[in-house]
Amino acid sequence: MSNDHNLLHGKAVVSGIGQSQVGRRLGRSGIDLTAEACLRAIADAGLTADDIDGLATYPGGNFVGGFSGASSTEIHDVLGLRTKWHLGTGETGGQLGPIMDACIAVASGRVEHVLCFRSVWESSAQLGLSRASTYANVTRADRFREWMAPFGAPSASTWIALYAQRYMHEFGLTREQLAQIALTCRANAVLNPNAVYRTPMTMDDYLNARMISEPLCLFDCDVPCDGAVAVIISRKEATAGLPRNAVTVEAIGASLLQRHSWDQRADLTTMAAHDCTQEMWKQTSLKPSDVDIMELYDGFSYLTLQWIEAFGFCEHGEAGRFVEGGERIALTGQLPLNTQGGQLSGGRLHGLGFLHEACVQMWREGGDRQVVKDVEVAAVGAGGGPVAGCMLVSLRA
Amino acid sequence: MSELYVAPELRVLPEPSMESRAFWTGGENGQLLIYRCGVCTRFFHPPAPVCFRCRSTNVGPEAVSGRATVATHSVNVHPWYPSFPPPYIVAIVEIEEDPSVRLTTNIVACTTEAVHVGMKVEVLFERCEDVWIPLFRPSDHTTPRPAVISTGASAS
Repeated sequence: MSNDHNLLHGKAVVSGIGQSQVGRRLGRSGIDLTAEACLRAIADAGLTADDIDGLATYPGGNFVGGFSGASSTEIHDVLGLRTKWHLGTGETGGQLGPIMDACIAVASGRVEHVLCFRSVWESSAQLGLSRASTYANVTRADRFREWMAPFGAPSASTWIALYAQRYMHEFGLTREQLAQIALTCRANAVLNPNAVYRTPMTMDDYLNARMISEPLCLFDCDVPCDGAVAVIISRKEATAGLPRNAVTVEAIGASLLQRHSWDQRADLTTMAAHDCTQEMWKQTSLKPSDVDIMELYDGFSYLTLQWIEAFGFCEHGEAGRFVEGGERIALTGQLPLNTQGGQLSGGRLHGLGFLHEACVQMWREGGDRQVVKDVEVAAVGAGGGPVAGCMLVSLRA
Repeated sequence: MSELYVAPELRVLPEPSMESRAFWTGGENGQLLIYRCGVCTRFFHPPAPVCFRCRSTNVGPEAVSGRATVATHSVNVHPWYPSFPPPYIVAIVEIEEDPSVRLTTNIVACTTEAVHVGMKVEVLFERCEDVWIPLFRPSDHTTPRPAVISTGASAS
């Protein structure tokens, strides 16, 4: 742990986790689902709501399309919290950004137990139609959408398809290699009773699926859902006597070393993921070869390949060959990926689900999807394009 | 999609800002206007009041050739807007004067099979109400073609 760049010094830990009911159009409000996840996480940590003195969420309130099921202030009031610090923002290092700030808040001594959550209500908000329904009433586009919407590209699926196409051109990535992300996630989701899509998927199913934005097909895009995830980030010293074997946050990264843009990054075959992992590795003596499982964002399958190479599990340009055949990233493989089914099949819980699952695996509560080998170190990354944040978590004392 | 281009019935149009108005209206004069820094002389995009490289505020729109190269592309198949039926080609192009300047755009008058990384393209403008949308088409043609077209919905 001796390291000049060490930021947290083992002082920030995950002490409890909780997940709500997750599914398509559940008929429950976003606040209801969020409260369920939060209360479960608080109880899981062996705490009560009165112990919570910090609150953090991505992205906060005021979003259309169910992008945010609850704001920090709504949950503060609903749960009757009394906090020293709260935060709800989307302008940070990806979906894990506020969780990283919570780690700093506990490590600095500002607070002891931070309730962190991510809540989505996209399935209900889209009314059983597609994401396109959320664009129907827009007649003029401003800010960054000004540069995308006029060209029939309002969705991140197109923006990320453009990156994927360039990577295919540069490095020979094939659709069969890319398919391994969706197939691996589905195989894991089959074993997860909380996953949204649990019917087995074959390579033929993948290759015959309808295109969304070439080269991305339907199964390269995650599935909108209603649901919420919560974790408790605690100051290590405050966890004495609590029931869980706390998971240490070893290192975090939120760097953005190039322009915050979907099309002006100097190299179209890397993303901000590559920036923030550099920062993260500087904080720890751990190496990519120490990592046991990968819980890496798959809002679109191509993003997972970006995270795999950004973390240094393979060289730049080699991610397609790294996942080829799927054996290496399967539950029984050398480096299991998205063990809960990811967002592609588990449901678009949008970032925090990966940290939740890393803890599930470390605590060996994965049931049928529990990886066989010991899990001491997990890589967690979330985001795509200019949006990225990452964490390395471990069971090391 | 064929080599003949038929404009969509309706595009979601940009709401031009103080800085982007030149970009969206340059087509009225057949000009692709890209911001350039008067100090370090580099072009940049999107238009902004400060050069992100040297932080000079001596910046403004300047006409470029309209020639560009396709950096990457995607045939969009999903129907995002009822008035803009797929398939259509979304691409990122790099302008000839400075490849670091990229524009997300549509490649038109081009089959979905023909578009490729490295393809040489040229700008054309689609007039929609009060803005002129810069689109690009293959530049390997030999006969002159109009540089500005109007949509059916807003033809003038």
